[in-house]
Amino acid sequence: MMNTGNFKVATPTDREIAMTRVFNAPRHLVFGALSKPELVKQWLLGPPGWTMPVCEIDLRVGGAYRFQWRGPDGTEMGTRGVFREIASPERFVATERFDDPWYTGESLITYVLVERSGKTTLTLTVLYESREARDGVLKSGMEKGVAMSYDRLEQLLASVAAAGA
Amino acid sequence: MMETFRALAEPNRFQIVELLRGGPRPVGHLVRRLRLRQPQVSKHLRVLSDAGLVDVRVDAQRRIYALRPAPLQELEEWLEKYRGLWEANFQRLDSLLEEMKADERKSAQPKPKQKKSPRTKR
Repeated sequence: MMNTGNFKVATPTDREIAMTRVFNAPRHLVFGALSKPELVKQWLLGPPGWTMPVCEIDLRVGGAYRFQWRGPDGTEMGTRGVFREIASPERFVATERFDDPWYTGESLITYVLVERSGKTTLTLTVLYESREARDGVLKSGMEKGVAMSYDRLEQLLASVAAAGA
Repeated sequence: MMETFRALAEPNRFQIVELLRGGPRPVGHLVRRLRLRQPQVSKHLRVLSDAGLVDVRVDAQRRIYALRPAPLQELEEWLEKYRGLWEANFQRLDSLLEEMKADERKSAQPKPKQKKSPRTKR
């Protein structure tokens, strides 16, 4: 039903989460959709009912971005960061820091776009600070949680559900 | 849920949970399969038990451990949300890219016009 087959989550190292997804479009368009605020705010929304009232992107090395979302019940969530590297249309690197106190550390996100016969493979790698492993219990849990590959976990859950039912 | 993560983050404990997928097992079985010393295994089992991931019952002299599904189901819901959130984003991005491709084709037909996006000011 969904185009989920090509969406992969992996953990290249114990400080990273890498997500890979193929898009049926050339690279310069994907790069634009990832870096132009008027485009980003159309898709980077999250759960149904959420909007992105603030989406500011200053796409240059050292430039800042600011994203803020609002949920159906008025809950707000925000993140900000600075661009470290920009090599349009194949790669850019930005820091990320969430407003929420439970997610206090800064991570580094690398976007790599590879085009092949009109399709673009996006790999989004999040590198967490080593300090976070120590400080951010929740975040470290998040990494580890995702680290168990979904497939493995799903198998596990399926069998547990069957056994426990 | 944090406790579930913390408990499962340790590889031996994750392996214990996987071993228990097949059904309840006595401690001795886990000790043999993990190739750890019994006190180490017991320590891991205590963490899993504190996190509500396993239950123990005593059968004669043997302590038999079994999985409890509730925390894992909670974890699954959380992971589904995490994945679902990104998948929903990516599907919106799919549709946006289709529009962008169509726009590009249109503007390419008469004469390739340099299409600049409006400058964004903070």
